[in-house]
Amino acid sequence: MKVKSLLAASGLTLIMSSPALAARDYISIVGSSTVYPFSTVVAEQFGKTSGSKTPKIESTGTGGGFKLFCSGVGVDFADITNASRAIKSSELKTCVDNGVKEIIEVKIGYDGIVVANVKTAEQLELSRADLFLALAKEVPDPKNPQTLIANPYKNWQEINSSLPAIAIEVLGPPPTSGTRDAFVELVMEEGCNNFDVIKNLKKSDKKAHKTVCQTVREDGAFVEAGENDNLIVQKLQSNPKAFGIFGFSFLDQNIDKLQGAVIEGHAPTFEAIADGSYTVSRPLFFYVKKAHVEVIPGMKGFLAEFTSEKAWGTEGYLADKGLIPMPEAERNQVAAGVAALKAMEVQ
Amino acid sequence: MNTMNTSTTNLLQPTKDLRRRYRTERWFKRLGVTAISLSLAFIGFLFITIIADGYPAFTQTYIELEINFAEQAFTRENLAAADYPGLVKKSLREMFPEVDSRQDLKRLYSLVSPAAAYKLQHMVEADPRIIGTSRKIWVLADDDVDMLMKGKMDREIAEADRRILDNQLAWIDKLVAEDKLERRFNAAFFTSGDSREPELAGILGGIKGSFLTLLITLSLSFPIGVAAAVYLEEFAPQNGWTDMIEININNLAAVPSIIFGLLGLAIFINFFGLPRSTPIVGGLVLSLMTLPTIIIAGRASLKSVPPSIREAALGIGASKMQTVTHHVLPLAMPGMLTGTIIGMAQALGETAPLLMIGMVAFIVDIPGSVSDPAALLPVQIYLWADSPERAFTEKTSAAIMVLLAFLIAMNSLAVFLRKKFEIKW
Repeated sequence: MKVKSLLAASGLTLIMSSPALAARDYISIVGSSTVYPFSTVVAEQFGKTSGSKTPKIESTGTGGGFKLFCSGVGVDFADITNASRAIKSSELKTCVDNGVKEIIEVKIGYDGIVVANVKTAEQLELSRADLFLALAKEVPDPKNPQTLIANPYKNWQEINSSLPAIAIEVLGPPPTSGTRDAFVELVMEEGCNNFDVIKNLKKSDKKAHKTVCQTVREDGAFVEAGENDNLIVQKLQSNPKAFGIFGFSFLDQNIDKLQGAVIEGHAPTFEAIADGSYTVSRPLFFYVKKAHVEVIPGMKGFLAEFTSEKAWGTEGYLADKGLIPMPEAERNQVAAGVAALKAMEVQ
Repeated sequence: MNTMNTSTTNLLQPTKDLRRRYRTERWFKRLGVTAISLSLAFIGFLFITIIADGYPAFTQTYIELEINFAEQAFTRENLAAADYPGLVKKSLREMFPEVDSRQDLKRLYSLVSPAAAYKLQHMVEADPRIIGTSRKIWVLADDDVDMLMKGKMDREIAEADRRILDNQLAWIDKLVAEDKLERRFNAAFFTSGDSREPELAGILGGIKGSFLTLLITLSLSFPIGVAAAVYLEEFAPQNGWTDMIEININNLAAVPSIIFGLLGLAIFINFFGLPRSTPIVGGLVLSLMTLPTIIIAGRASLKSVPPSIREAALGIGASKMQTVTHHVLPLAMPGMLTGTIIGMAQALGETAPLLMIGMVAFIVDIPGSVSDPAALLPVQIYLWADSPERAFTEKTSAAIMVLLAFLIAMNSLAVFLRKKFEIKW
């Protein structure tokens, strides 16, 4: 008898508590692992000062984030997705097909990608063409520049005689990472077009051109070191001949141990990335569902916090974490667009 | 008399074969001892590394500030909107009146953690009567200062390569000399949730999330597991269906855990519509994972109850149901308990299935109920291991220490219970 009443009581409480599952009173954010460190700071700041619940932020990767974001409108779906690249037209189509028609695009700043090594070793001066020759799977044959062969370079000096004679060993992100996509787009694609044979390929066979420019070598010189950038930093310290590819915030936090390679005459510093002279940098975004702004409590406050000067300005707390701010005019323009909840143009 | 001895061997003198056998046995023993010592050495190395990295996290650097809760700062109704960072900055300016350039002032303010402002906010909200008074308050120092005090930052290298500049070093030294800067026990590690500021980050969110999730796991997997074990062992007929069930359960025990996560995503989140990142879904997924372990352990302990007990119960007139519930099950319970505790300890350390259901997320608020978003302890460790700030390295190791302490405690409990209630037939 006692057991029966206990079971009945627990069943009843479980049923009564389930209506609480229906309403969501916190903001749900998914998306890029690069924007995650910045989004979390704003979320924490917002949660502490506004009295609303702190937003929940998942680091799913840019692609995974768009998949979750574009699945539909409603409390079961994410409100905001972070992205380390602009939304693709195919992803936009998925969104529209699933009912997500009004999306607000917010650019938050820039992130630099550095090629770093430990401070006790020599600081390299590289060009993007050098990096392409060091890391691509197929490169122009040094003896016959009109043909492409599998990458024969084993040593930095073979690529450029001004570089030191050490073996090419680069630790970089895996193909699932947005940082890898950005590095391929900003360095490999720019570097490959320095060679006539590849540039001409663009007109004749676009697909082959894309493959040649974007495929990274798999013979061991480029080591996929996983998404954990702290691990790459540790490996660089134990191996002075290796180089690592990661975001500027990790270099900034370890500036006493690591140095970034000078790319095309510019070292990766805060100022160089901000004014665009260090070319390996990409904008970071987040996308908001306009339909959720009125429904989920705290959305407007969170957007206001993210687009405020004290967050993303040159003296803001995001800059302390390694985000490179946009120029002031651009910041004001984006902030105004967000405040007005201006949605993107969808075809 | 010498017909038995074919060679001139003295029985007191060992033959070559015997010597070889003894030599082999000695080598075998040595190999065994070496293997055990090697394993113990690795475990020792693991513990020493983690404890060496993690124990500094239990202390944190604090700075003593004289805060004047001037009435002018609290003109607005909303106490939360007052300029608490301004109060902190004012106190720092008063302590170091010689600092005047904007850059230097910014460096001075950055010695104190942003947590200081929150602490003042909490103090005022808890007791508004302190407005108008002046207090000496110990506030958290910034994580870079903390790393310097713990020796993780080299003072000797060139200033351009350091995160703490020369003028900041001078101020820190002055504060140390005036006894205004010291390291204290970091109670906040156990009482606060996750944070992006390393000095504020704590594991209470992870512990509570793990507790709620394991509660759901236990309450679902234990009754179902025990009932299934009892059915399969006592009541199931010997036919093809039962064989299929047994094969499936044994296979499920070997399925990689991330598949359970995908199952949870597909069924619990997408089909049933349960909220993402909550202990309910986490508990359901983990209970699916623990169920095979409990069933297999349960069956083993039920099998170990001798048939004489069953026959004796049936002999004095008990029905089959009464035999099982009054006699067999209580005797098999210790084995089932140890199996359950070991299953729970396994579930505590799982991270892969949680990734798919959204529990790998930055969650600051401590979960209050099973439907609040929560992060678990292993997930917390994973997230901190990925953060760039150097101070998170020690926090990660400290969290690993806490997780290992829980696991050792649970497994020791299992061993103790087994020893205490074990019945040797």
